[in-house]
Amino acid sequence: MGKTITEKIFETHLRDTPSPGNVVLGIDVVMCHEITTPIAITDLMERGMDRVFDPARIKAVIDHVTPSKDSKTATQAKILRDWAARHNIKDFFDIGANGVCHALFPEKGFIRPGYTVIMGDSHTCTHGAFGAFAAGIGTTDLEVGILKGVCAFKLPETMRINIIGALPAGVYAKDVILHIIKTLTVNGATNKVIEFTGPVVDNMSMESRMTLCNMAIEAGGTCGVCLPDRVTAEYLWPFIKDEYPTIDAAADAFTRWHSDPDARYAASLTVDVSKLAPQITFGYKPDQVKDVTEMVGTRIDQVYIGSCTNGRIEDLREAAGILKNRRLASGVRGILSPATPAVYAQAMTEGIINIFMNAGFCVTNPTCGACLGMSNGVLAAGEACASTTNRNFNGRMGKGGMVHLMSPATAAATAVAGHIADPRPYMNG
Amino acid sequence: MKEFSGPALFLDRNDINTDEIIPAKYLTEITKKALAPYILEDLKLEGFDPKSQAMAQAGVIVTRANFGCGSSREHAVWVLEVNNINMVIAEGFARIFRQNMFNCGMLALEMSGRDIDALFALGKEVTLFADINAGRLTVTGRTAEGGTREQSFSFELDAFDRDLLLAGGWLEYADKNY
Ligand code: SF4
Repeated sequence: MGKTITEKIFETHLRDTPSPGNVVLGIDVVMCHEITTPIAITDLMERGMDRVFDPARIKAVIDHVTPSKDSKTATQAKILRDWAARHNIKDFFDIGANGVCHALFPEKGFIRPGYTVIMGDSHTCTHGAFGAFAAGIGTTDLEVGILKGVCAFKLPETMRINIIGALPAGVYAKDVILHIIKTLTVNGATNKVIEFTGPVVDNMSMESRMTLCNMAIEAGGTCGVCLPDRVTAEYLWPFIKDEYPTIDAAADAFTRWHSDPDARYAASLTVDVSKLAPQITFGYKPDQVKDVTEMVGTRIDQVYIGSCTNGRIEDLREAAGILKNRRLASGVRGILSPATPAVYAQAMTEGIINIFMNAGFCVTNPTCGACLGMSNGVLAAGEACASTTNRNFNGRMGKGGMVHLMSPATAAATAVAGHIADPRPYMNG
Repeated sequence: MKEFSGPALFLDRNDINTDEIIPAKYLTEITKKALAPYILEDLKLEGFDPKSQAMAQAGVIVTRANFGCGSSREHAVWVLEVNNINMVIAEGFARIFRQNMFNCGMLALEMSGRDIDALFALGKEVTLFADINAGRLTVTGRTAEGGTREQSFSFELDAFDRDLLLAGGWLEYADKNY
């Protein structure tokens, strides 16, 4: 019987089977941020267990609220900072070098095909784009991960989504995943890994694959995963060039993780994107999705471009293509949060930051910022935000606020129009 | 081991997410106790009042499908724990929330849609008690005449999940075994 990529990763990392259907895996990378980790650290300290299993396998960043906005967030940052210093955690990213965890850590080459990755953050599923098993976990799992380098999982089933056709102009990975979540519902992939395959995925950049995997959790998925290939090898090349003679050799080696042709799936689904329109959410659940054409004209107060879903250079380029020589409509606020310092620097080099500023956007430092309503762009009650983030829950960006999820192109068109707008008429100048 | 019993709070909705259980703005708290007043503050549910007597007295939550979806924040479990709610009964849970419950030595009990319907039908003022060794959930309520009536349901618990409850949580279990 053939195996899926996830089954292969589980097999190579198996430490224990505490009961049938439950496994304990060795973990390659434990990632930490300042919202969920400090409470784990203080708990471990109180228990007299302030140890780490391997400082080289722990990566930490202050990203959700940075620079700190008040005494409480400053304390959270300090707990993480002091802990990283105390345990000699070299890969710790503080102000000046920090950015949104799920954009920053891949950029640093921390994720490799076949890895197991955990983090106290539900969007850890993003890293499955590299052919890894990457799962969000809670604080107790994080404590055990930090202490022992292991994590328990129920054996997940895999759902395969084969994405075929050709993406029309103005339609991007974000639209594809919103459409898929609409199809699956917020519960449709619970306890399952979503394996994204097919020609559309093969042709996607790593950035787009990360956007796709990022939102697997919004359908309840444990992880999203793409099969590692030459695109993966190219992205990782600066970090692996001593391990393989050529990029092709690396891509070849990665095929060991590919799902076997006779692997068993809990479900298989084919999605043809050839006729897909730009997608947008309308309610408080990420599966409440419509074609943007059905929402054109809907009132908006703020446009937010950033986050681990769509704050990468590709996303900024996509939005800048529409914002160039245009301005924010009056009465609408625009915020750009490049996801990492490297994205920010690249956007400056390419003149993209200027395009945003000339359009009237506020450009913040790399941070999660408004995405979870903790800083940098919280909504007032009754306000609506056109956002490139991944969650539209009630109160997510501020109590009483409404969030519409969309692609960077749709957000940019909306910024210019002053209400929800279809990006397609704004393309090509 | 914790006690899995108490007056039931019925939340008649699917997909109640972690932001509704405990909004992100409270994630800057660094003690569990500090979360207590904010339980279910943003819950979108007709007629629900997080400051109500029923909320204050609750020892068990009974709800529908996909409870605890969204963020990985264990705060969504702790805010229940510090409000003396150690058990949630639902038709289904989001994976991370469910795991967080058992990791804290708390019971996330999955029951069929039929059983959940039956629990909802029993009326508001009932007390639940779960015996994890016997796999039996006992419901006690009042009759119109002022007497009591009892009904029981059976459930199955995964062996590892039960071990986590017995150990008091995953940290305790892992420390002993790995
Ligand atoms: S950008 Fe938003 S979704 Fe992503 S890690 Fe930060 S808060 Fe979470």
